Amino acid sequence: MHALSAFGVGLVFGIGLVISGMTDPSKIIGFLDLAGPWDPSLALVMGGAVAVGFVAFRVARRRTAAFLGGAMHLPTARQIDRRLVAGSLVFGIGWGLAGYCPGPAVVSVGMGQDKAIVFVVAMLAGMAIYELIERVRQRRTPQTATKP
Amino acid sequence: MIDWAHFTPWSSLAGGVVIGAAAAMFILLNGRIAGVSGIIGGLLRPSRGDAGWRLAFVGGLVFAPAAYALVTDLPTPAIDAGFPLLALAGVLVGVGTSYGAGCTSGHGVCGISRLSPRSLVATAAFMGAGFATVFVLRHLVS
Repeated sequence: MHALSAFGVGLVFGIGLVISGMTDPSKIIGFLDLAGPWDPSLALVMGGAVAVGFVAFRVARRRTAAFLGGAMHLPTARQIDRRLVAGSLVFGIGWGLAGYCPGPAVVSVGMGQDKAIVFVVAMLAGMAIYELIERVRQRRTPQTATKP
Repeated sequence: MIDWAHFTPWSSLAGGVVIGAAAAMFILLNGRIAGVSGIIGGLLRPSRGDAGWRLAFVGGLVFAPAAYALVTDLPTPAIDAGFPLLALAGVLVGVGTSYGAGCTSGHGVCGISRLSPRSLVATAAFMGAGFATVFVLRHLVS
C-alpha cells in the first residue's frame, strides 16, 4: 500500500512539475538570471506548492501515525552548520550551470531527454561520491555521527 | 524587468498547487517528506524494506510525462548546457544535495512549508548560489 501510494505521489508530483514548466531548464535559468529579462515563474511554483504544503504540514505535525499506517518521518535535524550551507551552495552552483534540479531532471528522463539522462547519471555519481567519503570518514572516527 | 514573453503565471501557479498536493499526500498518507534528492540518495544506502517506496516514487516521476501526454502534448524544453557542463552540474547537484540534505523539493517546498529554519537557510544558499552562477555564466563569461 505504501509503495502504491508512493508511485501515485511521484506521478502527481511529476505531472505538477510538467504543468509548472519547471522541466524546462531555460525557465529555471530565466528565473535565476536576475540581471537579464527575468522570468518569475519559479516563484509562483514555490508559492503555490508552499500554500498547500503549509496546511498539510500543520495537520501532519499533530499526527502520530500516517493515514496508511507507520510512523511520521518528519525531519528532526535542527542544527544550521557548515555541511548544510556549503552543500546547498554547491547544489546551487550545479543548478545554475544546467538549470536542472533532481525532480525535474528525473521527470525529464521520462520524456526521453538524453541531456537529462546524462545529468541524472552524473548526479547519482555525485551521491555515490558522498556515500564513499562518508563511509571512509565514519571508519576513521566511529564515535561521531555523520548523518544529520 | 519581467520577461513577459516567457513568464507563465497561471500554469506555474497551478503546477505549484499540484506539487504541493503531492507533497501533502506523501506526508499524510505515507508519513514521508517528498524530497527527491533524499529519496534517491537513500537508494544508495540500502536497508531492508526501505527501497520499495523509494523506487515506486521515482517510478511515478519517470512515468509522469507519459500520463501527461495522454491528455495534451508535452512541452519541448530548451537546454542550453552541453553534455560536459551537464555532467559537471549533475555531480555538483549530487554532492551538494547530499551534504545539504535536500534540494528544491525537500528544502524548498516541504521545508519552507514546515517553516524549518534549516530549510530556509538551505534554500537561501542554493538560490543565492544559483543567482550568482547564472550571473557569472550569462553576463561575465559569455
